[in-house]
Amino acid sequence: MTADNVLSVRDLRVWYGTERGSVRAVDGVSFDVRKGETLGLVGESGCGKSTLGRGILGLLPSGSAVDGSVRFRDRELVGVKQSDMREMRGAELGLIFQEPMTRLDPLMRISEHFAETLRAHEPDLTSDEIDARSIDTLRRMGIPPTRFRHYPHEFSGGMRQRIMIALALVLNPAFVVADEPTTALDVLVEAQILSILHDLKQNFDTSLLLITHNLGIVAEACERVAVMYAGRIVEEGDARQVFSDPSHPYTRELLRSTISLSTTALHYIPGSPPDLVEPPSGCHFHPRCPSAMQVCGSLDPVEVRAASGQRVSCWLHGPAELIPPGGTAPLQRQELASADEA
Amino acid sequence: MTAASVAEPGGGSMLDTPPAPTGRPRGPLLRLWQQVKQAQGFSKWLLWVGAAITAVFVVLAVFAPLIAPYGFDQYMSHGVRFAKQGSPSGSHWFGTNVRSVDVMSVVIFGSRTAIEVVVLAVAFSLVIGVPLGMISGYYGGWLDRVLVLVMDALFAFPYLLLAIIIAFLLQNSVGSGVLTAAIAITVIYVPQYFRVVRGSVLSAREEPYVEAARALGARPRTIMGRYLFFNVIQSVPVIATLNAADAILTLAGLGFLGFGIQPTQAAEWGYELQRGVADMGAGLWWTSVFPGLAIVSLVTGLTLVGEGLNDVLNPVLRKRSGRRVLLPRREAAATTLPTRQAADGRGEQLS
Amino acid sequence: MASSGGSLRRYALTRLALVIPMVLILLTVVFLLMRVAPGDPIQAALGGKLSPEQLEAKRRAAGFTKPLLVQYGEYLKQVFTLNLGTAITDNQPISTVLKVNGAATLELSFTATLIALVIGVPIGLRAGRLRDSAFDAGGRLFGIITYAAPVFFVGLLFQLVFSKWLDWLPNSGQLSPIDQAELPAHTHLSVVDAIWDHNMSAFVDALKHLAMPSFTLGLLLCGVVIRLIRTNLIQTLKGDYVEAARARGVPEHKVVMRHAFRNALVPVVTVMGLQAALLLSGAVLTEETFNWPGIGNQLVTYLNNRDYTAVQGIITIFALAVVFISLLIDFVNAAIDPRVRY
Repeated sequence: MTADNVLSVRDLRVWYGTERGSVRAVDGVSFDVRKGETLGLVGESGCGKSTLGRGILGLLPSGSAVDGSVRFRDRELVGVKQSDMREMRGAELGLIFQEPMTRLDPLMRISEHFAETLRAHEPDLTSDEIDARSIDTLRRMGIPPTRFRHYPHEFSGGMRQRIMIALALVLNPAFVVADEPTTALDVLVEAQILSILHDLKQNFDTSLLLITHNLGIVAEACERVAVMYAGRIVEEGDARQVFSDPSHPYTRELLRSTISLSTTALHYIPGSPPDLVEPPSGCHFHPRCPSAMQVCGSLDPVEVRAASGQRVSCWLHGPAELIPPGGTAPLQRQELASADEA
Repeated sequence: MTAASVAEPGGGSMLDTPPAPTGRPRGPLLRLWQQVKQAQGFSKWLLWVGAAITAVFVVLAVFAPLIAPYGFDQYMSHGVRFAKQGSPSGSHWFGTNVRSVDVMSVVIFGSRTAIEVVVLAVAFSLVIGVPLGMISGYYGGWLDRVLVLVMDALFAFPYLLLAIIIAFLLQNSVGSGVLTAAIAITVIYVPQYFRVVRGSVLSAREEPYVEAARALGARPRTIMGRYLFFNVIQSVPVIATLNAADAILTLAGLGFLGFGIQPTQAAEWGYELQRGVADMGAGLWWTSVFPGLAIVSLVTGLTLVGEGLNDVLNPVLRKRSGRRVLLPRREAAATTLPTRQAADGRGEQLS
Repeated sequence: MASSGGSLRRYALTRLALVIPMVLILLTVVFLLMRVAPGDPIQAALGGKLSPEQLEAKRRAAGFTKPLLVQYGEYLKQVFTLNLGTAITDNQPISTVLKVNGAATLELSFTATLIALVIGVPIGLRAGRLRDSAFDAGGRLFGIITYAAPVFFVGLLFQLVFSKWLDWLPNSGQLSPIDQAELPAHTHLSVVDAIWDHNMSAFVDALKHLAMPSFTLGLLLCGVVIRLIRTNLIQTLKGDYVEAARARGVPEHKVVMRHAFRNALVPVVTVMGLQAALLLSGAVLTEETFNWPGIGNQLVTYLNNRDYTAVQGIITIFALAVVFISLLIDFVNAAIDPRVRY
């Protein structure tokens, strides 16, 4: 692991137990994030990206099992004690949630939220120091000091999200997961939030994992992007590279589905996201892939480095020696019956 | 301990009615039953114990004449009068009370009275409260406002007093008895059903599928009957069960104060307890303890069923099964990296 | 802060204004109920004890010969001038009944509520936090059984154990006859009066008499409190702001106590207010069981004597009391929860 990496995830698996069986929300994911870098994580709803984000911080419900490795600053997080994890959360690891309206305690003033967070990690601070730091962080988010003692319900959605971001950042964590931070907000507010996140990087070298289903945000705010499908990362690399020359069919389809001013006809990927309890064999995307080959339905693809430089898990990129004879023939498949949809 | 919930698309809804079925009548009831069967742990225990207790009393009620050793008003047998306030003995397991009536028979026939009154009261309340709630919730307007005001006023009033007054007033026309008690109790509980049903209808009314139905020209009666009704009755079983439990307490309360069912018409537990107050002063416990225990048991049974149902059906309280997961060992898949570029560890970063 | 104070006052006035239609409806209901009974109140109460001429005179004096609408108007006027009439059977002005017996009921209800909260809140909180544990199961069962056992049955059992068998506590009345005669009644709250008079033995006597009735009624309410708090706590522990606090590394016990508990207790105030109806009904039964000289006890006596005027007066009091309590609850709610104020 290079010294530059703040976070290194290797082969992470997070599975939940349900009546029907285990949900393989995260099924063998690996990536790195460097200092000061923003990695975008895109995928459809239900592909496991939220679980991944929470899994890194250890915020999973009971009944889930985790295995693999998450190294944060040379420290292994998987299997670490809950109390140690709690110490790191807020101070070294941060999480920004999707829905800001309900994330603040309605009975507590904003100032009290900050005091609580700061005291939890730095108990020796005086009240004045706490207030000073809180107000300073809020000001950077565009919240005026006059509103410091207000209650959450007195703020709009966009302002609440900014307060949430301020709370996540007040202790200057080295790594922050932002789980769809702008999905619930309108476009104008979204732009403000993105610019705040950009400043973060500039001023504090904070590493960010930006989880979203919006490719536009990724293009604008991320240096690198990882594309996730059904619990696995199918493609990962430099954002501009991936968008201009996508290697994985899923990425390609995603890009084709986005709507822009030049769109004349709607494109969509047939079928639905797969059932994570019993995902399709081999490459999880093969039932919906326009370029699927015989081998795709039977063998899990191996991660390779594509010609343009990004990592990709797709048999289209080989390695050729691992494909059994006849495997490159196009996949024969029945019509996707609606019953097959998850 | 972390207990974060996975972010579900669209967030969790605070409504306690699940989305409506496609209108087939069997659907929601079947689904209710399926959810009940899936109950876990303590909730399951609650449900089944409660159901068992209730079943015992229902059996007692239905087969009272066959099970009870004597009649509910019987104070002699073969021309010989029973002992007055006799303590429990071989021929009278629960003893006799001040009217020389066998306490055990009174307790058993009391079940019959209780079940009769409660079934009537719940039936009446449902028949009146549910349609009123639906109409009020659906149409809104001045009718709704008036009804809400009236129902709120009734709801806020101390229920026992209301019951007493109504029982009192009906005494002259309907006579005291099972019907009077049932009507008195109905009046108290109609507002509860009204509120719950109206609340359900109000939230369901704004759902897109109802709007779509309206846009397609469905008549209000159709909408209410096919769409809203099944949505609404999801919350009714729990309320009905808890109301039944309450109704028994109200009936006993009425009886205790002397405004309930008279002993000549039917055996009633509350009345026995009123008589038992004097007995207690003299240390005679059996005339009060057995009827009292009967009340406690039946009400507990019904409440357990209600609480168990609530645990199972109410999405807010439903617990995720959280089954243990065993991650399988990793397959020894092809891990050697491809030959396209010098494999330098996956962490290599492109600039 | 200035804004909060002002809006609380505005809230109060608005609430008061909304209450008037409710009061009118209640009063109308009471009036109609009393008139629905066949015959007239005078006949019912005193028929057979007085000669027909005397009855007629009494009837005219009490106003029962006037048309119904006039009676209604007079009734309303009386209520708003707080003149509740005079009982027919014993010629006591209802306002005296209110002062003397009402105080006794107040003493009983207040103590019972206190007991219910002191016992019920901790049990409910613990049960909700340790969901599905043995404590939770036990707590819930306790809550269910205390509600299922009729108040008069529990009272009888207490009397059996503590009065008959152990002879620790008296089983009826508010004070022993001697103290009743000797103690000057300022407030008619026996405990308060004893303190006022610096009378130690009367104080102890009052407490001894208060113990069983208030505990009996308190147990009944306790069941409701436990179930309510437990459900609320389970709900709040799932709350978004709870998860967010955990994500900031706030220690678990603080999360539970500060966020979950406080938010769980907020609706309790409202619901306890709604339980006023339950409380008053339970009070009537308790007073009968322990021969407590409360207003419920009086009501039953008047009912048995067919004294409709007295009954009407007392029921009016109950109706107004319920409205007053609900207003009070709303104000307390607004003071606690900053979101509520208009």
